[in-house]
Amino acid sequence: MPDSHYVLAVVMVAAAITWALRAVPFAVLAPLRHSELVRFLGDHSPAGVMIALVGYTVRNVAWLDPAIALPILVSGAITAGLQLWRSNLVLSLAGGTAVHVALATTIAGGLGG
Amino acid sequence: MADTSFSMVPTAEPALPSRPLTHLGVEAGGAFRGCCGVGAAFVPLGLAFGVLVSHSGLPWWWATVFASVIYAGSLEFLLLGMVLAVMPLASVAVTAFLVNFRHIFYALSFPLSRVSGLPAKAYSTFALSDEAYALTINPAARDWGRARILFVQLFLQLFWVVSVTAGARGGILIPDSVVGLEFAMTALFLVLGIEAYKAGRDMPTPLAGVGCVVVARLVTPGQMLVVSLGLFTLVLIARYLWTGRASRHTESRDAHLNGRVHHA
Repeated sequence: MPDSHYVLAVVMVAAAITWALRAVPFAVLAPLRHSELVRFLGDHSPAGVMIALVGYTVRNVAWLDPAIALPILVSGAITAGLQLWRSNLVLSLAGGTAVHVALATTIAGGLGG
Repeated sequence: MADTSFSMVPTAEPALPSRPLTHLGVEAGGAFRGCCGVGAAFVPLGLAFGVLVSHSGLPWWWATVFASVIYAGSLEFLLLGMVLAVMPLASVAVTAFLVNFRHIFYALSFPLSRVSGLPAKAYSTFALSDEAYALTINPAARDWGRARILFVQLFLQLFWVVSVTAGARGGILIPDSVVGLEFAMTALFLVLGIEAYKAGRDMPTPLAGVGCVVVARLVTPGQMLVVSLGLFTLVLIARYLWTGRASRHTESRDAHLNGRVHHA
């Protein structure tokens, strides 16, 4: 179990960097506003970053074990389907997660840490 | 335009006798009603994060500390796993930087100029979450003043902190045999990815994202997130340089053609 000093250090580092990323660009706004590259990255990075995060969250999944892979694939399809159908964040998140909890609890154990 | 001269911190402005309180009440009420839709989205996610903390073995109140001090939902989910694996602080720093890098683009349009005073600006930038940004740059928010913007940000953060804390406290009631709640994080990124795709309808971007993830997973499984995000950024820059050269080429050709048309 990590000790509190370490957890506190993690919180402070993450908070400082997050705040800096939210605040500093206002100070250097003028050059950013005219940078075509920055605007291009702003338009294009979110979709790819989110995909990378999806991949990261399932990095330890044993895809060859159907008891683990199936709940993830089924609830992933349900989440994506709900979002494409209704564009309702709450519905997609709650629906997909509820299906995964139900399947994983009855079949096997989670994303495998 | 709302009364931006009014401030919650003492200023040199002459105080208005009774109006500020009513004004504040109206702004707070409007902000709360406007936040409820987005705040509702925080509830399942916040509960899920709180439950994961309470089942992780960490004291429950770390959930509240994460939610209040970091206040960046997706990063909090990632950090919980990193903390449990006792990852080095350098990895934490790089992950925080890459995951929240998107926030730098919010400075291009968030109305910080309407939030006067250094303490207010400090809070407003600290609480500049994706949701706060989305609400304040909405055309309906064009005439929001200082108080309204700050209240919206405060209520959104409260929605998150309260949901997370409730999940952490109530999570004790959920038996350990119930598993799979961590899928909330996968679902969140999947939904945000779909929304980001819908905004641009640009297929090469998510495909490049998938490619970078697979390469990072196979080549550097220990530093998968940092490598895949870094690689993806490099691919985007390369694509920008490539298409920039192509479009400049097209433009000069078009200009040349137009010139010929003019001459004709």
